[in-house]
This record gives sequence, structure tokens and C-alpha cells, in this order.
Amino acid sequence: MNLLLILLSVVLVNNFVLSRFLGICPFLGVSKKVETATGMSLAVTFVMGLASVMTWLVNTFVLIPLDIEYMQTIAFILVIAGLVQFVEMVIKKTSPTLYQALGVYLPLITTNCAVLGVAILNIQSNFNLIETLVNGVGGGLSFTLAIVLFAGVRERLETSPVPKALEGFPVAMIAASLFSIAFLGFQGLIK
Amino acid sequence: MSLYKDFSNGIIKENPVLRLVLGTCPTLAVTTAVFNGIGMGLAATAVLVGSNLIISLIKKIVPNEVRIPVYVIVIASFVTIVQMLIKAYSPELDKQLGIFIPLIVVNCIIFARAESFAAKNPPLNSIMDGIGMGLGFTLALVIISTFREVLGAGTFFGMQIFGAGFKPALVMILPPGGFLVFGLTIAAVNKLTASKKA
Repeated sequence: MNLLLILLSVVLVNNFVLSRFLGICPFLGVSKKVETATGMSLAVTFVMGLASVMTWLVNTFVLIPLDIEYMQTIAFILVIAGLVQFVEMVIKKTSPTLYQALGVYLPLITTNCAVLGVAILNIQSNFNLIETLVNGVGGGLSFTLAIVLFAGVRERLETSPVPKALEGFPVAMIAASLFSIAFLGFQGLIK
Repeated sequence: MSLYKDFSNGIIKENPVLRLVLGTCPTLAVTTAVFNGIGMGLAATAVLVGSNLIISLIKKIVPNEVRIPVYVIVIASFVTIVQMLIKAYSPELDKQLGIFIPLIVVNCIIFARAESFAAKNPPLNSIMDGIGMGLGFTLALVIISTFREVLGAGTFFGMQIFGAGFKPALVMILPPGGFLVFGLTIAAVNKLTASKKA
């Protein structure tokens, strides 16, 4: 029950992109086509789940026993960067098709603030390992939901007449704003 | 002269937020109040100046293949320092900015400047570039947060500026308002620069 609550809360109520503002750069950067958006978000979901668990383990078994929790930021970003590199190598070796689909997005994930963000949020919320995993994967799913829906809107925007000054980023931001209003509707779903 | 050029470049011509559209996450998240905007801007400036200086100093001894991890460690160290300073001297700001202080690590502006400027230029120029880019970032945050705070809360820097009858448009300090004001600000900048060229 509790786990379901975490999942719902992270996907709908506190959507990572639309209400927490995490991962906006890739949200705007790779949302021009539904296809690329899907590829990117799958890679992000995978890395977020994995990174959540890894950073939790590092925090619980390394940083806390050694009493160096102030090193959290440095330790986490290194874990994430290493992890991304490792995942890239594993996928390349084991599944060339998957690598072709996700390969180009993997290096970008290191600097996706949703990944570091979810790691820090897990620690701040005092989650246990299972909750951390759910929150990480849920965070990835919330990113997926937002970016894939948004890509659909942007594909339409490409062909619509937009005032000159609003072309590109500005009109995308305004569309995102309307999206975000829609997601405000989920507020109050969970107390 | 060239030092001044490096400094001014980031403020208007290549403003990281309004022209290059980098660092959007903190821009949207912390601009609910002018105080937060300035705090975030200065924190990022401090990190930028520090990381630009160090990266410019060590650029010759770092092999090309491992430069990204090295940059990450340099940046993360400065972020940790800034994080501790904010915690110690302004717990209020620490509470407001929350996880966006550690997230300065993955702020694309800092990475972009390290890679595209500090790794190629001498230390003094890199410091000036850091200050300029940082101030440009702060400027953009102040502009956006002014609109959002005034319209969404009816205050400026925490001071009430309208009479008691004013009903603030709460949506402006909620997430949708952030996207909206940011989009319109970039549109305004586009419009202004386009008419200047013509």
C-alpha cells in the first residue's frame, strides 16, 4: 500500500518534470520526436532505478559508517557517472540492438538532474531499499510520461504557424506550462 | 580590454539562460521569490568562478580522455563547499533552495563553461568569464523571479507592494507560472534582439 502511494505520488502528483523541475534540459532537448523521446526516457528510467539503489547502498554502507555524509554530492555524482559508463559498456556487449536504440542518450544521462535529484530525495525522505527502488523507477516513469506526452504536442507545434519571436523554445515553454496546469489537477489525490 | 570582453560576454550577448537556454532546471525551480533567485545566482557564480579557475590551471596536466570525470570532481568539490557555507550562514536560503544546491553539480552552465571556455583559456580570462556568466545567470533569475513574485504573491523581496485588496495570481508561483514566465521572457529577448538587428 505504502509502495503504491510512493509510486502514485512520484508519477502523478509530484511529477518530476512538471512539478519538481527536474530533468528539464532533456525534457526540452529531446522531445522533438516521440520516437527519440521514448528511447531517452527508457534509458533514464533504467539508470534512475539503478542509481537510486546504488547511491542508497553507498550512503548506508560507506558514507554513514565513515561519518562523511558531507561528501554525499561528490560521491553520488561519481557513482552515477561510473554507473552510466558501466551500463553503456554492458549494453554494448550484450545487446547491440538495444545499444543502437539507447546508445546516444546514455552519456547525456550523467548530467540529467533528475538522476542526481532522485538519489538525494531518496536519502532525504529516509526511504528503505525497497522504497528507494520504487521511487527511482517511479521517477523514471514520471519522466517518461511527461516527455512522451510532450513530444506528441511538439510534433504538432512544428507544423503550426507561431509568431516569430515565440518560435522554438518560448512556445514549447508555454505548452509545458499548460501541461503543468493539467498535472496540478492531480494535487490532492494523495494527502 | 579582452578581459572586459570575456566578462561582459556572459551578461548580455551570450546570457546563459536567456540566449543559450542552459540551466533551465534551477531557473524554473528557484524563481518563486527574488530572494531565492539572487541566492541561487550567487551560489552558482561562486561555483563557476572556482571551477573555471581550477580547470583553467590544470588543463595542461589532465589527459584528454579523463577530463570529464576530473571536471566533475572539481565542480562537485566547489558545490560541496558552497553548500556548507550556505548551511552555516543562511539556513533560511538552504531551506528554500533545498536539493537545488547539490544539483548545481549538474547545472549545464557550469559544465558548458568548463568545457568550452576554461579548458582553452588562461586563468584570469576564465575567472572573468565565470563572473560574467554567473552574473548573467543571476540577472536572468532576478528578472524571472520579479515577475513571478510580484504577480504571484504581490510582494517584492518579501515586501508588500500592493494594497490589501490585491489578490495575487497564485498560479504564477506554482510550476505552470514558471514555464509561462520563462517562455515569455525568452520570447521578449528574441523580439528585442531581432528588432535591433533590423
